[in-house]
Amino acid sequence: MKLAYWMYNGPAHIGTLRIASSFKNVHAVMHAPLGDDYYNVMRSMLERKRDFTPVTTSIVDRHVLTRGSQDKVINNIIRKDREESPDLIILTPTCTSSILQEDLQNFVKRAAIDTIHADVLLADVNHYRVNEFQAADRTLNQIVQFYLKKHKIDPSQIKKTQNPSVNIIGAVDLAFHNQHDMLELKRLITELGLEVNLVLPQNCAVEELQKLPNAWINIVPYREIGLSVAKSLKDNFDMPFISTTPMGICGIATFINEIQEVLQNQGYDVDYKSYIDQQTRFISQSAWFSKSIDCQNLTGKRVVVFGDATHAAAMTKILSQEMGIKVVWSGTYSLNEKDWFTEQVKDYCDEILITQDHNLVGDLIAKAEPAAIFGTQMERHCGKRLNIPCGVISTPVHIQNFPLSYRPFLGYEGANQIADLIYNSFTLGMEDHLLEIFGGHDTREVLSHGISVNTETNWSKEATKELEKIPGFVRGKIVRNTEKFAKENDISLITLEVLYSAKEALNT
Amino acid sequence: MVFAEPRYAMAELEEGDISAQLNDYTELKRLCSKIKQDRNPSVIVWIGTCTTEIIKIDLEGLAPKLEKEIGVPIVVARANGLDYAFTQGEDTVLAALAQRLKNPEPQGVSASSVEAPNLILFGSAPSSIVNQLTLELKKQDITINGWLPSPRYDELPTISENDFVCGISPYLSRTATTLMRRRKCKLINAPFPIGPDGTKAWIEKICSAYNKTAVGLEEREEVAWKNLEKYTDVLKGKSVFFMGDNLLEIALARFLINCGMIVNENGIQYLDKRYQGAELALLEKVCKEKVVMLPTIVEKPDNYNQLHRINKLKPDLVITGMANANPLEARGINTKWSVEFTFAQIHGFTNAQDILELVTRPLRRNGSLDKLGWTNYNTNKTFT
Repeated sequence: MKLAYWMYNGPAHIGTLRIASSFKNVHAVMHAPLGDDYYNVMRSMLERKRDFTPVTTSIVDRHVLTRGSQDKVINNIIRKDREESPDLIILTPTCTSSILQEDLQNFVKRAAIDTIHADVLLADVNHYRVNEFQAADRTLNQIVQFYLKKHKIDPSQIKKTQNPSVNIIGAVDLAFHNQHDMLELKRLITELGLEVNLVLPQNCAVEELQKLPNAWINIVPYREIGLSVAKSLKDNFDMPFISTTPMGICGIATFINEIQEVLQNQGYDVDYKSYIDQQTRFISQSAWFSKSIDCQNLTGKRVVVFGDATHAAAMTKILSQEMGIKVVWSGTYSLNEKDWFTEQVKDYCDEILITQDHNLVGDLIAKAEPAAIFGTQMERHCGKRLNIPCGVISTPVHIQNFPLSYRPFLGYEGANQIADLIYNSFTLGMEDHLLEIFGGHDTREVLSHGISVNTETNWSKEATKELEKIPGFVRGKIVRNTEKFAKENDISLITLEVLYSAKEALNT
Repeated sequence: MVFAEPRYAMAELEEGDISAQLNDYTELKRLCSKIKQDRNPSVIVWIGTCTTEIIKIDLEGLAPKLEKEIGVPIVVARANGLDYAFTQGEDTVLAALAQRLKNPEPQGVSASSVEAPNLILFGSAPSSIVNQLTLELKKQDITINGWLPSPRYDELPTISENDFVCGISPYLSRTATTLMRRRKCKLINAPFPIGPDGTKAWIEKICSAYNKTAVGLEEREEVAWKNLEKYTDVLKGKSVFFMGDNLLEIALARFLINCGMIVNENGIQYLDKRYQGAELALLEKVCKEKVVMLPTIVEKPDNYNQLHRINKLKPDLVITGMANANPLEARGINTKWSVEFTFAQIHGFTNAQDILELVTRPLRRNGSLDKLGWTNYNTNKTFT
């Protein structure tokens, strides 16, 4: 057993469901007890989707526990086939139901006989060995392989697109600033004179998957989800892939250079040097910004970085290489990316941290006393307690990470937005000096004298105690309303009862 | 939430636990000792999940031994997804706590035998609700001898046979059963103090258990309704559809019908007809008075079919879970999250306003959207 107050990663079935719900017209049936079905809430709330989440729970209740599912799962799959006419139904157990060791593969086979519209697949994932990311990666690969096999795509008969094109693999529901990243990435690809063949899996219909091998290159911007697909396409169809994350000016340059190299290897001559130069020096603002006087005050600032492997590594490089900020330590919760992560950041920070224990991360932040944190929502929370500003750069996400405005992390616009994020995370320049002169932001004490407008009324001990429980930001209003009420009713002592009566009478 | 000073932790099961290579007792001891050392809680509640149910970890068997060893009381509650609704989790924990309530110290025989039986209320509520309901009963000269739960474990009330117990929420049937069967208490089966109508009926029922006639309640209710007028004006004649997931549905439906609404469907995950008996009777009475049909109560509803019914009925408001709210709004249906009624302070006379504030908000908001500028953004008027 592991004591966990919080987890950076979700369980495996969440990864599978994220892939299923990202595809167009794919339905997932979850073999699970009530309460394991919170994915529908997460997706609906965070992504603010207008459509119902295409996930149905085939509920494991006491009957199922005692007698087994029998036909329940199969009937639910067939029912969804009729009701939603999906192209594919994915069946997944959860940690709980996987222990029941029912022969789900057999359920899938039997259901597939009676479905009219959908193919049926069992998500092939060990729920006690893999986490959310790994499960997503595997499920995506499983679906891709299934359709390449179904359409009997012959590697020797591939017709590549006339113009060089790429597949982008890694557009997944509930990922970090993903929608904006994808727009930015598509823009970058277009500006490089390339075409986008397919974006996976977001809004992709499974029947389109047979087109995958027609692209010239596969692009995997986030290594957590998509790498397996790229690797198996490399093995089976000899498709080159690029897993460099185009994040930060240097990262983007490396990414473009790799594309150039791959294209040249395929006999297509391109030279992106001037494009990179133009973008870096004149179009994008972040390189200039880093040189500008504003950023002088970043000198000697110390920060820590923590997140998923992709974002934490890229961010560490940006901070150290592009902004000249000292990274005291950099870490990730993606335990399985330990070697890759270490290799990536070892030259850019003093120490490396690989852990899933948020308490340890918190302790190390407190110990390092950095000027700013770049981490997940958990580090932001930790920073609040320690009074250290935090820029959020990675999942686990929060509704804040689904902004309506355009906030990519990838590409040149992403570089601008990251520079903003870094700069705005610090108290800098004149603000720094002024805070020193005036003794900090905190003027709360002065304001609290103004709460009571009326000195003629007295508050009983219980009422005062009750008042303390009311959140500070509305307390003033409650006091004023209650005292007004007391005055109007000639009450001199405000008791608990008076407080409630006032609420009842004056509630707006 | 989990983000705040964490009082909720998971004992994450690993492969070794599932395959029984690890010993449950040693594992739980390691975890609980750590919790004791880090947080020093007054009680540790073990909440069994479906997984512990399936792999049959004997939590009830392990707890007594371990609590002696580490010196912190351990209460076991099997609140798992094999139940129907999330509010039943509270019920399970309170039922477990009810078994742990101590008997009072024996006192002089003569003193206790003449006194009326004690009253213990059950249902977790913020202290302001506790205070308000206590005050209302005090006005009827009834003293509450304790609340289950109390803010701290060592402040739990004592309980003895034949004490009166009364619940404040409709989802506490297991707690009620435990108090009746195990602790031999007498349950006051009352409607729930939700809405002025329910609060009045609740107080009356408690008074009648003590052979008292409630005083001043008619006036109290009248004033409360008067204060609600600006909300009830909005609600009159409007229809509401409960998809059902917090078990407050019957009480809320009764209150909203009294406010002049029409309830299309009353979905509920689980209905204990005995514990909710008084509430169901009141619902029937209210419907008769208002001359409206008794709403269809659909137990354990199928959401998919409900969505079809909603599409057909086009109710003015749907009270639903978080997963369905935005898709319904996108289809032009007003919604309110059911979970807000669980977390808001809804009990008693005073807080009836908070319920209606929640219920009317989508109606007021969506009613006023038409008046916003963007509905006529493409007319020529804007540019002249």
